[in-house]
Amino acid sequence: MTDDATAGSAPAADDTAAGDISGDDPKAVLAGAWADGADTSDIMLRARSVTKRFGGLVAVREADLVIPRGKIVSLIGPNGAGKTTFFNIVAGILDPTAGDIEFRGRKMIARPVRAWFEPVLWFVPSLIIVAVTWLLTAFGAGVAALEVGILLSVLALVVTMLLAIVRPVWYSRLLTRLGVFKSARPNDMVEAGIGRTFQNIRLFQNMSAIENVLVGMHTRLKSNMVDAMLSTPRRNREERDGRKRARELLALVGLRGRDHALARNLPYGDQRRLEVARALASNPVLLLLDEPTAGMNPAETAEMTRLISRLRVELGLTILLIEHDMRVVMGISDRITVLDHGEQIAEGTPDEVRRDPKVIEAYLGAPSS
Amino acid sequence: MTAVAPAKNAPRRPALRSARDYLDRHRSLSIIIGMAIVTAILPFIVTLPPFSGFDAQRVWIGSFATAGIFVLLAIGLNVVVGLSGLLDLGYAAFYAIGAYTYAFAASSFTGIHIPFWPMLLVGALIAAIFGILLGAPTLRLRGDYLAIVTLGFGEIVPILFRNADARNIGVNLTNGTNGIGGIDRPTLPVIQIGDFKILDVVFNAANPLSYYLTMAIIITLVLILVYRLQDSRLGRAWQAIREDELAAASNGVNTITTKLLAFALGATTSGFAGVFSASKLVFVSPDQFGFTVSFTILAMVVLGGMGNSIGVALGAFIIYVIQSVFLKQMTNFFDDFQVPILSDINFIEYQFLLYGIALVAMMLLRPEGLFPSRQRARELHTDEGLDPMEGSPSGGDAEGSLA
Repeated sequence: MTDDATAGSAPAADDTAAGDISGDDPKAVLAGAWADGADTSDIMLRARSVTKRFGGLVAVREADLVIPRGKIVSLIGPNGAGKTTFFNIVAGILDPTAGDIEFRGRKMIARPVRAWFEPVLWFVPSLIIVAVTWLLTAFGAGVAALEVGILLSVLALVVTMLLAIVRPVWYSRLLTRLGVFKSARPNDMVEAGIGRTFQNIRLFQNMSAIENVLVGMHTRLKSNMVDAMLSTPRRNREERDGRKRARELLALVGLRGRDHALARNLPYGDQRRLEVARALASNPVLLLLDEPTAGMNPAETAEMTRLISRLRVELGLTILLIEHDMRVVMGISDRITVLDHGEQIAEGTPDEVRRDPKVIEAYLGAPSS
Repeated sequence: MTAVAPAKNAPRRPALRSARDYLDRHRSLSIIIGMAIVTAILPFIVTLPPFSGFDAQRVWIGSFATAGIFVLLAIGLNVVVGLSGLLDLGYAAFYAIGAYTYAFAASSFTGIHIPFWPMLLVGALIAAIFGILLGAPTLRLRGDYLAIVTLGFGEIVPILFRNADARNIGVNLTNGTNGIGGIDRPTLPVIQIGDFKILDVVFNAANPLSYYLTMAIIITLVLILVYRLQDSRLGRAWQAIREDELAAASNGVNTITTKLLAFALGATTSGFAGVFSASKLVFVSPDQFGFTVSFTILAMVVLGGMGNSIGVALGAFIIYVIQSVFLKQMTNFFDDFQVPILSDINFIEYQFLLYGIALVAMMLLRPEGLFPSRQRARELHTDEGLDPMEGSPSGGDAEGSLA
């Protein structure tokens, strides 16, 4: 029933939609949508002319960014330059107004195209059943037909909604064929291999350190609701291994023995480190760090810098870093991108950026005499 | 910084701690033993004064079984409100759906007579499906908006049942305001071995003990399952969403399915309660499922201690017993003694006034509820071992609202 209904409405929808896509070339957007690209290139993440507008304010304008595998790339710029907005776009929290982001060769983030169409789709089978029932009763079918019709339409609604939640492959393909592109949600990006921290620490304050890390491990734990209810061996083993790994991660960031401390009772620097541990728990390949040393004293900053370098060396992570502390940025970055008022004003190695007159004017300031 | 070392690490009262650890580690077993003890003791307590003066033992047991319905509802709502932090003001709708499902499947009204035991599961399943139906489009909403939508749903469902009769839609689907009566009572197949009969239990108004025991078993099972879920990956995800939804999503929690599961599980539990209540009262009518029911259950959850299933269960039990037994007794008492003014008051009519007073008093004196979860107690008593720097809320809601 579901198939019939959707197939029936598809051609009409395609016709109307061809005109109303503005901006990007829709074919290009759709062709790459969620398709698994070959992951052979050395490029971890590629942002192509990403733009984000909030009403009249252009927070990010045509930002291009390439993050090579295994490198540390920094994003710097004065306050309000759009760094965090760009971060949130990469993490799937905000949808870009234009442009797209490819992660490991897969286009994951772009402006959603006709996202409203999906909820409409859910109701199509039910509406068809209701219409048929109505016709049947009009032509003299009895109460039974009405009852069965109502039951079937509710059932159809349940089935379509369950499909929308479970999202089997063919359902996503069908949506793509109908011209619907949904930008990846934050949890999709985590699943794909991106971990992030926040500028203003967003730990789960009333959970213990180890629980915070275990939440970070969410996508990598596979036991489901039934496992939990029956307390199956699989669930118990996974839980035990998860806790072991969480303790290892806490030890890695320097929080050994603080497993059961509540997140909010940890000192500020430890909270920052706990956030890193939580981001690492999902086994990311790309780590987004939003001002990891903000508010830290010089000793803590040095320690955090060492930790970041260690992550690259020991875990082979690629890192995108927002940072204001120039010693940190110049010390560990391979490439630096400078944003100002949403626009990218420079890109290059630390030495190139340091000498760039535009950067000096906008951000670094003239060397004091 | 050293001064704020969490009190938890300090060795305090080792005997108590090890007992608590033991209970935590063998939680299912302790729930079974605890419920068995409570179930065994309650019928005897009510034969002692002063309880014996209020009602006969049989009546007491009957009202305990009914109290069990509210205990179940409160445990279910606690999953939604207490564990996942989603305010649901229309919870009675799922209760109604469970009850009407059984009424349709086992009464002379439809002429279908499906036994109680499979229907217990089917009713719960159908309530869960409606939980998903309501949840799927609405769970993108946050806080107040979700509360309003669920409030609307809670109103729609009883109104549908009230109006789906011959007078309004031409077909009598639900018997309208009169409700559906003559619902089947549960039966058990009697197995006879020689002279010994196994499962020779009769469910009827004269023998509420069988209802009471059935309810005790259902509550035990539900409690075990809820605690297991709470300690699992899913339970952590619920808690993470309650703490900070954006951070939870950014750490890989699929917030939509996770919230939907909470909704569906809450609805499942109330489906059990609905089927059970229909089979006990042998009657359903739309008036049993109004907003006051949703509100009562929510008050039970808040007073019992949000987030703590056992606390919520206890809270629901106590509140139900107070409202259905003690208020009645108070009215009778003052009537008997002809106390001026007081004897004119029907205290049962003032139960919501009393709820109001109790809620206000509770929020002022003990906002975490009568039996709080350790978690909630920590949240609300911020002064214990909290670094003042981290006292400010983790904020960033501007960031969240852009999402």
